[in-house]
Amino acid sequence: MKNHGGHPGLIASLFREQGSLIAGLSLLIALLGFPLAGLAQDAASASAAVAYRDIPQVGGSRNIIWVVAQQHLLLAGFVLGVPIFAWVCEIVGWKSGEKRYDKLAKEFTKLLTSAYATTALFGGILLFLLIGFYPKLMTYLTDIFFPSFVVYCALFLLETVTLYLYWYGWEAMQGGGMKVLHLFLGFLLNVFAFFIMIVPNSWATFQASPVVIAEGSALARAWAATWNPTWWPVNIHRLIANVVLGGFICGAYAGIRYLSATTAEERDHYDWMGYVGNFIGVFGMLPLPFAGYWLMREIYQYNQQMGITLMGGFLSWLFILQAVLIGALFLGANYYFWLGITHRIEGAEAKYRKPIMAMLVILLLCLGVWMTPHSLVASLEEARKMGGTHHPLLGVFGVMSAKMTVVNLMILVTFMSFVIYWRAGKEETATWAKVAKAVMGGVLGLAAIVVIILGVWGYFVPAIVRINYFSVAQVLIVLFVMLTITPLTALLLRSAKTTTEMVWGRMPPRAGYALVMNAVMVILLMTLMGYARSSSRVHWHVYGVMRDSSQYAYSPALGYAAVFMSLNTFVFCLLVSFIFWVATMGDKGKSAEVSGKGKMPAGAVPAMAGGSQKLDGK
Amino acid sequence: MKGGVLLKGAILTVGIYLFLKLALPLFTAPLPASLIFIYLALTVTGIVIFATLSGQSTEAFFGPISRFLSGEGQTGAMKTARLLVLVLFPLLVGWQTYSSTAPSDQPPAENRTIHPAPPGEFVGLSNPIPNTPENVMAGKGLFAAFCSPCHGNFDGKGPAARGFSPPPANFVDPGTIAQLQESYVFWRIKNGGVGLPIEGMPWKSAMPRWEVELKDEQIWKIIMGEYDGAHQKPRTWE
Ligand code: HEC
Repeated sequence: MKNHGGHPGLIASLFREQGSLIAGLSLLIALLGFPLAGLAQDAASASAAVAYRDIPQVGGSRNIIWVVAQQHLLLAGFVLGVPIFAWVCEIVGWKSGEKRYDKLAKEFTKLLTSAYATTALFGGILLFLLIGFYPKLMTYLTDIFFPSFVVYCALFLLETVTLYLYWYGWEAMQGGGMKVLHLFLGFLLNVFAFFIMIVPNSWATFQASPVVIAEGSALARAWAATWNPTWWPVNIHRLIANVVLGGFICGAYAGIRYLSATTAEERDHYDWMGYVGNFIGVFGMLPLPFAGYWLMREIYQYNQQMGITLMGGFLSWLFILQAVLIGALFLGANYYFWLGITHRIEGAEAKYRKPIMAMLVILLLCLGVWMTPHSLVASLEEARKMGGTHHPLLGVFGVMSAKMTVVNLMILVTFMSFVIYWRAGKEETATWAKVAKAVMGGVLGLAAIVVIILGVWGYFVPAIVRINYFSVAQVLIVLFVMLTITPLTALLLRSAKTTTEMVWGRMPPRAGYALVMNAVMVILLMTLMGYARSSSRVHWHVYGVMRDSSQYAYSPALGYAAVFMSLNTFVFCLLVSFIFWVATMGDKGKSAEVSGKGKMPAGAVPAMAGGSQKLDGK
Repeated sequence: MKGGVLLKGAILTVGIYLFLKLALPLFTAPLPASLIFIYLALTVTGIVIFATLSGQSTEAFFGPISRFLSGEGQTGAMKTARLLVLVLFPLLVGWQTYSSTAPSDQPPAENRTIHPAPPGEFVGLSNPIPNTPENVMAGKGLFAAFCSPCHGNFDGKGPAARGFSPPPANFVDPGTIAQLQESYVFWRIKNGGVGLPIEGMPWKSAMPRWEVELKDEQIWKIIMGEYDGAHQKPRTWE
C-alpha cells in the first residue's frame, strides 16, 4: 500500500506533505502572530478601538465564522477520534498476529494523515478570521489564555512530528522491538491529541461558563479560567463523540469503497472495514447519552438560565430535532447489524427473523416515546381540543423520566443486536452453556424491567431524587448488563464451534448506503448541537462578562439555523470526499495497474452501478 | 407468502393510522397531526427495514410494487388500476402541496416556548417563608381567592379557564410546576404573561401580573400551597 508507486500517488503524497507543511506553518505563524497582535492592540488601544470588522458582502462575519468554525471542529473531531481506534486496531493486530488488523489500522491512519493538514488549515483560517472580525473579544481572550496558547503551539508541534513518524514509519517499524516503539508512538499521538482537544475546549467553555479572577499571575488566571465548570463535561462528551464521528466516517468511507469495489478481495476488505467502523461508532454511541446528560446537568448547575434556554426555552426545539437524528442513527446502526446477520451468515435469516422483529418493535416503540415532544406542534383547533399543547395522555412521554427510560432501553436493544450478531453461526459446546444463556436472558429481562419501573416511578418522586438516584441507577444497570454479558459471551464462544463461517463481501448495496447515512446523521447531529452550544450564550461573547454588541447579537431563527446546519454538513461531506479521494488516488493507480495485467473478473461492475449481484457469486 | 410482507405492511400502517386517528380519541383528546405523522413515519420506516433485511423479502416487498408500476404483462383491471395510480398520485401530491401552501383562515401551528429562561434577577431565589402547615393553609386560601377562577382546583380547569388559549396551566401535570424551581414559579406569578420574553409569546398569555395586587410574601405562600395542593415538589438541585 505504498503511495509512491504510480504517478497520481506521487502527486497525492506531494500534495499531502506540502499541504500539511503549509498548513502547519501558517498555523504557527498565526499563533505566534496572535499574541503580538494582542499586544499591538493594547499599545494602540487609545486610537484603534475597533471592536468588530465585517464583510457583509459575503454573508457577514458571524455566518462566515459559523461555517469555518464548524468545518474546523468536524475535521478536528475526525482527526482526534481516528487515532484512538487506529491505535487499538494496531494493538489487536499485534497481539493476535492477524495482519488484517494492522492493515486496517494503517488505512485508518492514512485517512487521518490526509485530513490532518486540512484541519490545521481550517484552524489557521478560523484564527485569522477571528482576529479580524472580533479584535476586542480576541484581545480579551488572549489576555486570559496566553499561557495556554503557548502550550497549544507546543502540543501542535509534538502532534505533527508524532503523526509523521507514526505514519511514515509504519512499514519500517514492523519487526519486534520496533513495533513496540511504533505502538508507543501511537500512544503518544493519542496523548497529544487529547490535550490538543482539551486546551481549545477550555477557551470555548470559558465563553459559556467563565471563571474570571482579577488578581494573580498570568498563569494562575489562565488556570482558573481553564478549569471552568463545563470544561470537563465538554471534554468527555467531545472525546466520546469524536470516536463516534471517526467510526461512522470510516464506516461511510468503507461503504463507498465497498459500493465501488470491482474485485472480490476489495469487497471482502471494505465489507469488513465497514463492519469495524459501524461497530466503533455504535460502541461510542452507547455511553454518549450519559455524557450529554452530565453536561446538561453541569450547565444547569452553573447557570439555570442557560440551562432553561437550552432545555426548556427557545433552543429546546433543537433537542426534538436531536431526538429524531439520534433515532435515525439507532435505527441505521441496528439495521446494519441485522443486515450483517442475514447476509454474512448463511442460514441465519430464518433463525433470527423473530428476534430481529422483536428488537425492531421495541426499538420503534422506544423511538415513538423518544420523539414525542413535551409541548407539541399543534394548530389552534388541535390545541384547543387537547387543552393546551401538552397532550393529556401522551404528554407524559415528553418529560425527562420517559426519555431516560427509553434511551436506556434502546441502548440495551442495540447491545443485544451486537451480541446476537456475535453469536450467530456458532454453536456453544460448553456444558454450562444452557445455564449461561439463561442467566444472560434473566439479567437482560430483569434489567429492562427495573429500568422501566424506575422510569415510571420517576414521575412520582421529586425531580432531585429522580436525577440523582433513579437516572443514575438506570445508567448503572445498563452498564452492569454490558459488563456481565460481554465477558460471559466471550467465555461461552471460546469453546464454541463455528457452524457457519462469516462470509464477507456479500452485503447488499443498501448496507453501504446505510453506512453513509449513519455518517451523515452524525455530522448533522454535531452541526445541530454545535449551534445549540454556541447559541446558549445568547447575546454574550463571554457569558455574563462580555456582551456581544455587534449587529449580529441576536439568535437566528431555527429555520435559518437549520439551513446552515445542512450547508455545513454538505460542505463537510464534500471536503471529506475530496480529501479521501486525493488520499486514495495512489491505491487506484496501483490496483488499476495490477488488474490491467491480470484479468478483470467478468462483469466486475461496482455495486453503485447496479452490479452487486454479479459479484455475489450467486 | 407472495406479496405477504407488502400486504401486511400496508394493513399495519393503515391500522395504526386508524387507531391513532379514530380509536385513541375515544379515550382521550385527539392527537395533533404532527404527532400522527411522526408515528406513521416510524411505522413505515420499521416496515421497510424489516422487509429489506434479506434479498428474498426485499424482492417480496418491492417486487410487486415495481411490477405493478412497470406495467409488464398487465391486462384488464390491473392495467386500469395502474393508469389510475399514475394519474392520481401526482394529483394527490399536487393537492397536498397546494393545500399546505395556499392561504387559509387557520392560524399557523404555533411553537410557543412554555418555559423560557427567566430574567437573571429571578434565578436562584429561595422561598423565605418557613414551610409550616399554617403558611401552606394560608397559601391555599390565597390560591382559592386569586387563582382558582382560572387554575381551578390546581388542575387548570377553573370556571374561567375555557375562554383562554393557551389555557391556564394544570399544576397536577408533571410537565408544569414539577419541572420548575420555586424561583421560576415566583417570577411567573409576579410578572405574569406580559413578563414573558418574546419566545414565550407574551401577547397570548392571560396569566395576570400579580406584582401589583400581591406582596412578595403572599406569592411565596401561594407557591407553597400550590405545590402542596397539586401533590408536586419543586425542583431543587442539591
Ligand atoms: C385569568 C386567568 C388566570 C388567573 C386568575 C391566574 N392564572 Fe396562572 N396562568 C394562566 C394562564 C392562561 C397560564 C398559561 C400561560 C402562561 O404560561 O403564561 C398560566 C400559567 C401559570 C403558571 C406557569 C406554569 C408553567 O408551567 O409555566 C403559574 C405558575 C401560574 N399560572 C400561577 C398562578 C397563580 C399562583 C395564580 C394566582 C395568584 C394564577 N396563576 C392566576 C391564567 C391565569
